[in-house]
Amino acid sequence: MGLLDKEFSDGNIVIARAEDLMNWARLSSIWQLGFGLACCAIEMMATSASHYDFDRFGVIPRNTPRQADAIIISGTVTLKMATRIKRLYEQMPDPKYIISMGSCANCGGPYWEHGYHVLKGIDRVIPVDVYVPGCPPRPEALLEGLLKLQDKIRNESIRKKIA
Amino acid sequence: MKNPEEIYELLKKEFNETIFGLDKDTPVENIISVDPMNIHKIGAFLKDNEELKFDSLMVLSGVDDANGTKVKDEDGTEVITGGTLSVYYHLHSTVLKHKITIKTSAPRENPEVESVYDVWRTSDWHEREAFDMFGIIFKNHPDLTRILMPYDWDAGYPLRKDYKNPEFYQGMKVPY
Repeated sequence: MGLLDKEFSDGNIVIARAEDLMNWARLSSIWQLGFGLACCAIEMMATSASHYDFDRFGVIPRNTPRQADAIIISGTVTLKMATRIKRLYEQMPDPKYIISMGSCANCGGPYWEHGYHVLKGIDRVIPVDVYVPGCPPRPEALLEGLLKLQDKIRNESIRKKIA
Repeated sequence: MKNPEEIYELLKKEFNETIFGLDKDTPVENIISVDPMNIHKIGAFLKDNEELKFDSLMVLSGVDDANGTKVKDEDGTEVITGGTLSVYYHLHSTVLKHKITIKTSAPRENPEVESVYDVWRTSDWHEREAFDMFGIIFKNHPDLTRILMPYDWDAGYPLRKDYKNPEFYQGMKVPY
C-alpha cells in the first residue's frame, strides 16, 4: 500500500495517495448491519465473539442500515424476507458491500429444488461482493471472506466503484 | 385416566352421529373421526368434561389426503379433484395424563372446519398455518390470514399434493 514507505525526517508526517488512504480507512472499519437469518447467523455471531473477534478487523455490528457499510447475508433467504433485505440494502449509504454467507444465500442450498418459499441465491435481488461457501461456513471461512472483501476494497478507485 | 375406547364411548353418548369412528390401528394415540362442523362443541366437551379434561392441544395439523381423482396436466403435473383435506388435533390432559387424537375431514373443494380458537388458544396460529399451507378455512377464527407465506402470496397452498410453484414472485425468479 505504501503508506509508511515515504517517511519524513521528523517522523510525524506520512504521505500517501488519497485513494490509498480512503481505501485503507474504509477496509479497516467495515461496520456490518446487525442482521442474521438462520444457522449461519450462529457462526457469524461466533465470529463476532471473543474467540474469533471480528472487531480486530474493524467489524462491529450497527443496528441501523444507515450507519452500516456491509451486510452479511447469513442464512436462508425466504421470498418474504428477500423483499425486506432489498429495502434494508437500499437504506444503506454508498459505498456498501455484501457478503453472501453459506450455501442458502449463495444458491438456495438444500432448498434448491423443493424450497417453494426460498430465494435461490441472494444475488437475484442485490449485488454480492464475496460468496462464502459452506453449510454453515466455519468462522475461519467467514474471516477469509472478509479478507477477500478487504482486498477488493484495497484496489478500489475513487473514480469508479469496482467492488 | 381413560383409555381410547372409554373416551370414544363418552363422545358417542354425548354427540352420537357426529362422531364417526375410532381407529385403533395406529402406532401411537388412537384416532377418533368427527364431523368438521361440530368440532367446536366437541372440543369444548373434551376440554370441560370432568372425566376427560383435555386441557392441552399439543398440536393441530393439516393433512392433504390426496384421495380424489388425479388427472395429469399436459405439462406432467398432477391435479387432484374431489377427496378430502383433514385436520388432526393431538390432545393431552395434563391433569388425567391421557392422550387422544381427533381427526376431521372436509371436502377438498370447500374445506371448511369450525375453529377451536376459543377452546384452546394454541389453535390460533396452528389454524392459521393449516390455512396457509392447505387452504383449510376455519370458521369463526378471529384472524385467518397467512402466517408463514407472504400476505400477498397468490400461487395457492404449498403443502397440497398438487401444488405448483409460480415462476415469479414480485419480480424474483422462484425456480432454481
